[in-house]
Amino acid sequence: MKWTFFHKLGSPKWFYEISGRWLPILGWAAVLLILAGTVWGLVFAPQDYQQGNSFRIIYIHVPAAFLAQSGYLLLAIAGVVSLVWKMKLADIALKCAAPVGAWMTFIALVTGSIWGKPTWGTWWVWDARLTSMLILLFLYFGIIALGQAISNRDSSAKACAVLAIVGVINLPIIKYSVEWWNTLHQPATFTLTEKPAMPAQMWLPLLVMVVGFYCFFGAVVLMRMRLEVLRRESRTSWVRTLVEQSIGRGGSA
Amino acid sequence: MIGLFVLLLKREALLLCRRPAELANPLVFFAIVIALFPLAVGPESQLLQELSPGLVWVAALLAVLLSLDGLFRGDYEDGSLEQWVLSPHPLFVLVLAKVAAHWVFTGLALVVLSPVLALMLGLPAQCFGVLLLSLLLGTPVLSLLGAVGAALTVGLKRGGLLLALLILPLYIPVLILGSGALQACLHGMPATGQLLWLGSLMVLSLTLSPFAIGAGLRISVGE
Amino acid sequence: MIPPCLEGVALTCERDERVLFEQLNLILEPGEMLQIMGPNGSGKTSLLRLLAGLMAPTAGEVRLAGRAYSEQCHESVRQLLWLGHAAGIKGLLTAEENLTWLCALNKPATQEAIWQALGQVGLRGFEDVPCHTLSAGQQRRVALARLYLNPPALWILDEPFTALDRHAVEHLEHHLSQHCDRGGAVVLTTHHQLMMKPARYRQLELGQEIS
Repeated sequence: MKWTFFHKLGSPKWFYEISGRWLPILGWAAVLLILAGTVWGLVFAPQDYQQGNSFRIIYIHVPAAFLAQSGYLLLAIAGVVSLVWKMKLADIALKCAAPVGAWMTFIALVTGSIWGKPTWGTWWVWDARLTSMLILLFLYFGIIALGQAISNRDSSAKACAVLAIVGVINLPIIKYSVEWWNTLHQPATFTLTEKPAMPAQMWLPLLVMVVGFYCFFGAVVLMRMRLEVLRRESRTSWVRTLVEQSIGRGGSA
Repeated sequence: MIGLFVLLLKREALLLCRRPAELANPLVFFAIVIALFPLAVGPESQLLQELSPGLVWVAALLAVLLSLDGLFRGDYEDGSLEQWVLSPHPLFVLVLAKVAAHWVFTGLALVVLSPVLALMLGLPAQCFGVLLLSLLLGTPVLSLLGAVGAALTVGLKRGGLLLALLILPLYIPVLILGSGALQACLHGMPATGQLLWLGSLMVLSLTLSPFAIGAGLRISVGE
Repeated sequence: MIPPCLEGVALTCERDERVLFEQLNLILEPGEMLQIMGPNGSGKTSLLRLLAGLMAPTAGEVRLAGRAYSEQCHESVRQLLWLGHAAGIKGLLTAEENLTWLCALNKPATQEAIWQALGQVGLRGFEDVPCHTLSAGQQRRVALARLYLNPPALWILDEPFTALDRHAVEHLEHHLSQHCDRGGAVVLTTHHQLMMKPARYRQLELGQEIS
């Protein structure tokens, strides 16, 4: 009935076919948007009247920070789907998205710290947002470490799902407690509801970069998931024919 | 169901009392960690007093964390957890009793011990009320959240370090609020806000984490 | 029609990329005893854990009294007795304390009943001794005393005869077959050949091609 779509999505073969169609679109969108955003942001956007050119690092820092948080949310959603509907594909998504999210968090941290050097004069300031980002990185590490420590594949996925859900419930509490702990912080760069304080020439390329990063994240996660699907389904007939086909094509070419 | 809760509480108490050495370990650890700080940062009483809120809380947090590693290990190894999971009673009741027993014998014991150690760090006596109250509200959260990690890692051979990795980031709000309350009190400001927040964190973890602990145990047993 | 007390439908179990068994079907009716045989590593214990609901099968489902484990929202319908390799006996507690707790998890038992059960497994006089001072066979007997304490009808026993002496083995075999003949049901793994079998007895050989 209405759940057939959902169950169909859980079938690895169907996922492999559909994702094969999405992947090029996402990949090209990511390349184009990131290229456009980079050139626009680094060359054409005006200088900041206080920070000069150093503010331009936000074109990497802010999208990475967005992805770091969305990535964790994605883990938790995948966790809920995996625990409630026992969908194998959600397990795979959780496993594949965690390292990518951790890298995004890492990039956000490093760029934030580089940005801190000209702005605050030191590489590291216990600023609320940098600190929450650091804690987020630890949360990612926890999920990755737990996933690798448990050898049984199903148990490992379920354990990670529980941890991701517990983490996502804690995340707002951590965020607010850290902000409360350090009330000296810059307000968030831009929110979807409020009018941004930056001029349009500055935040439009940022928006392009954010969308580009989302596409990039999606493409990388899809690629990793497709690989994992192939590995897990390696005994099934559809994977075998697929491999034979691609070997045949490779041999004839 | 309440009968079973009380029965398990009694059984856990009995088990802990027959191994008194293990009861003392977290407390001794707590005392040693507190004693390390003056040795590391120097004996100036002004500095120690300034640092004491953070020191007490970090030490309490680590002591609870260390004691949690063995929370379910014995029950896992001797097959008790299998019996719990298969019992017709809801798992979260059993889990809650287990964590409650653990808290009484480590968390509560830490609370009782803390004024002595705080005194050694030079925390003024008018802050003891806040110290006790904040630990009283905060340590159950530490036990409950830590039990989630303990449940998830119980099946692993060397789960101790992993447990710390999983759980310490989740402890940060409690640490901030607990030491914040003490700091406020030390500077003569009211600490009610932080204590209320700690209280709500306790209620939140008391309601939600038993289910997460139960799910974690099921996963570990089903491996 | 009464549903069979335990039913496994198209069970597949995969451990670490290795298939232990595939498309395994089994039915256990009241009054039956099912002995699962097979060499080490053929998945006997895994099968028992699947049947007890401790582990989820890779594919297929297990039905207890006609309802799949995945559909049972409430644990309260689960009426079975499981004895694994480790039977949940605490070394620091006495035999009586252990049994009081293990019974309370299902149906509370009186002290009198527990003493009687301990007598039946040959542990009279050991009621108040901490279990870590007992021998392996005696500890096994403490766990087996649960079989005499108003147990549920379905028993799932993993190697129940380990560490028991010959007399105790005979006694346990007698008790198991009596339980089946009274309408109970038993699934067990053991390497040893049962001397006394109930009227309805079957074997399942794992580790071979299952057609």
